Amino acid sequence: MRDYPGTRQTFIEMDTIPENGKGIPVDHNKIVAENVSAFFGKVQAIKDIQISIPENSIVAIIGPSGCGKSTFLRSINRMHELIHGTRITGKILLDGEDVYSMDPVLIRKKIGMVFQKPNPFPTMSIFDNVAAGLRMGGTHDRKNIAEIVERSLQQAALWNEVKDSLSKSGVGLSGGQQQRLCIARALAVNPEVLLMDEPASALDPIATAKIEELLFELKKRYTIVIVTHNMQQAARVSDYTAFFYMGELIEYDVTKKIFTAPSMKQTEDYVTGRFG
Amino acid sequence: MKEPKRLKRMDNYRFHFRKLTSLFMFTLCGVSVLIALVPLILIFYRTVAFGFSAINWDFFTQMPKPVGESGGGLANAIVGTMILVGLGSCMSLPIGVMAGIYLAEYGNNWFGQSVRFLTDVLNGVPSIVTGVVAYTVVVLPMKHFSAYAGGVALGILMIPTITRTTEEILRTVPHSLREAALALGIPRWKTSLQIVLRTAMSGVVTGILLAVARAAGETAPLLFTALNNRFWNTSMNQPMASLTVFIYNYAVSPFDDWIAQAWAGTFVLMTLILLLSLTVRLATRNKFAGNLL
Amino acid sequence: MINPGDLIFKNLTRFFAALILVLVVLMAYEMIRTSALSWNKFGFNFFIRSIWDPVQDEYGALPFIYGTLVSSLLSLIIAVPLSLGIAVFLTEVAPRWLERPVSFFVEMLAGIPSIVYGVWGFFVMVPWLRSTVEPFISKHLGFIPLFRGAPYGVGMLAAGFILSIMILPIIASISRDVLKAVPRSQTEAALALGSTRWQATRIALAYSRSGIFGAVILGLGRAIGETMAVTMVIGNRPTISASLFEPGYTMASVLANEFTEATSEMYISALVEIALTLFIITIIINSFARLLIWSVTSNERAQKA
Repeated sequence: MRDYPGTRQTFIEMDTIPENGKGIPVDHNKIVAENVSAFFGKVQAIKDIQISIPENSIVAIIGPSGCGKSTFLRSINRMHELIHGTRITGKILLDGEDVYSMDPVLIRKKIGMVFQKPNPFPTMSIFDNVAAGLRMGGTHDRKNIAEIVERSLQQAALWNEVKDSLSKSGVGLSGGQQQRLCIARALAVNPEVLLMDEPASALDPIATAKIEELLFELKKRYTIVIVTHNMQQAARVSDYTAFFYMGELIEYDVTKKIFTAPSMKQTEDYVTGRFG
Repeated sequence: MKEPKRLKRMDNYRFHFRKLTSLFMFTLCGVSVLIALVPLILIFYRTVAFGFSAINWDFFTQMPKPVGESGGGLANAIVGTMILVGLGSCMSLPIGVMAGIYLAEYGNNWFGQSVRFLTDVLNGVPSIVTGVVAYTVVVLPMKHFSAYAGGVALGILMIPTITRTTEEILRTVPHSLREAALALGIPRWKTSLQIVLRTAMSGVVTGILLAVARAAGETAPLLFTALNNRFWNTSMNQPMASLTVFIYNYAVSPFDDWIAQAWAGTFVLMTLILLLSLTVRLATRNKFAGNLL
Repeated sequence: MINPGDLIFKNLTRFFAALILVLVVLMAYEMIRTSALSWNKFGFNFFIRSIWDPVQDEYGALPFIYGTLVSSLLSLIIAVPLSLGIAVFLTEVAPRWLERPVSFFVEMLAGIPSIVYGVWGFFVMVPWLRSTVEPFISKHLGFIPLFRGAPYGVGMLAAGFILSIMILPIIASISRDVLKAVPRSQTEAALALGSTRWQATRIALAYSRSGIFGAVILGLGRAIGETMAVTMVIGNRPTISASLFEPGYTMASVLANEFTEATSEMYISALVEIALTLFIITIIINSFARLLIWSVTSNERAQKA
């Protein structure tokens, strides 16, 4: 762990993930954010974020409402650009390349996103929903699409539940199933990173548990960054946790440490529930 | 993710194709806007060009000259339109405003829903059909054409506009205002009339102005109800001249002089309606944007 | 204690609301009554015969029905793509400072009276068609039956054109409102998958398709009932022809032209039957359209809940 002198932020350079003992080696940092700030007009939402996301890990971003965690997440795949008057300074590197120097359409293929409220396309069937990203990307080979749809639904742990009703509409599924459908849809375009903005906050506990189980499997193939307001979820699921407060990254460390022996007082106050 | 070079090139082509398509389609959308604006500009331009030059003081003060003679004006037509719209308003104002009040204050039941539905139905009825109805109900029994018949036809057309805008504007008056009045002991009917209606009065008036603008521009329902009248007439029991019918008759005539007057009439009509619409727009300022159709 | 003023007021306003109900019923009743003569004589054949002979009192409305349908459909074909383009422009392309004035101008088109369209159409658009557009089409596509014949200027094509301008604002405004109502999460989902902005717009269009369909149906309803503008440019000849260059006649136009000349009872009855047909058709179309648009807006209210 390397401390940047004069700051409260840390970079992670570790070889293995110590926590759950699985010992998956970390090749490199998949995403590196350097001095990232975001502005909505004159208002600054996040300030000087420095963070690195190791490949094939799950990084949780926690913090109270309005602390900028969603803003930061969306700046990674440039979704904040949909709102007028937003501005980003600093660099976000994906495998060393600056995300902001590439075309956003290409970036979003490599970095997928799952949203808080499940949003399947209501006019499409389950199959078409999952295939949507593929078709829009120009893939039209039917056999290819069918294979990828099946694989994605399996990766999202939804295949067995819907394999006989692929032509039915996506909105007929339960909330948890819809969210897994959205995950399958995001996986179908073969991203390298999956960004999740409070993916289980609209779901019941059972559905939430299913999705958390899913994440453990998914991290073998993908790098996952998950924003959550549910601390227990962060503790259950992630390898590393970043604590955001008022637009700044206060502490970033291995999850166990954040929740048992945080370095910063603010972190400790938050995780012990002194404020929320 | 290592991909063979061939696939990477295909992906590259696909990507650029998609981006080009996106640009192309949005450009087409811009082009459609331009295409739509062309007739608007042309209509305005021609109306001003032909109409304005044919306007003179005579137009507003003189009566139509006999066939073949040049000159004259459409004074009777302008007055006639005002009378006809006035008649229509007499019929539609009370019905429209009262029905609008009912729907806003008491109308959350199946009866209110059916009235709303039928108001919408009435709104979509072609204006010529209201002329036919006025014909069968007024002209046939009276055995002659009259301003009354024209007024009825226009009135039917004005009712849905007035009803809808009255109801909508009354609904925007905040509930807290009603509650405050009721809490002071003011009976409900007084609340509706003196408090709610008065607050929303400007909105109601704009609704009426809209209906008036629509009625003033109508031709079809007058063709066989009020017919037309080349002479000065203010009697309701007789056929009544109107600007719109005159424009129609003059425009399809073979006389250049009449055609020029048709354009002048068009100019006056457009100016009138434009003024009314602008007044409405200024008064409501986006409260109803898009709902007026 | 019920305030007597309240009771009177409520019933008074209810009375006037009921008057609207009575009015519509009365309209239907009067037209049914007056057209009974014609209905009893011709029955259903009225709608499939082409003869229109006031002297012999023989009537058939087929040419008018044909004219109405063809001119309205043609106007839809022209207006729908343009309107959708405008709606997409207003919601996706135009910056805020441009969207308001453009919306305003498009809605201004809706406020222009029918007779003004008629006068402009007759004196400006028809000569343009006759001298420029129709000869051009005739030269290049004249072998198709759709464009056969001499370019009169007046005719079905002119009617289709003028109608398309008139229904454009309705379809465009409602489509714009419906597109604006698409939840942001839908377009975000599409973009997050790596789609281009146009592809995301297509998703939004698919999402709002029932509302857009409703807008189109409303436009159709308006086109079917339009009278003055069409009468002045369609030529007013009760012919049924495949060519768009040929003149035609619509239900609304025949009413406008012939009501004053109708002397015999049967003549009047036949004309009223045509009016009744128009009445019923527009009721059905408008109800259907309102249902579609209402279901779209209530859906989004339910989703937001």
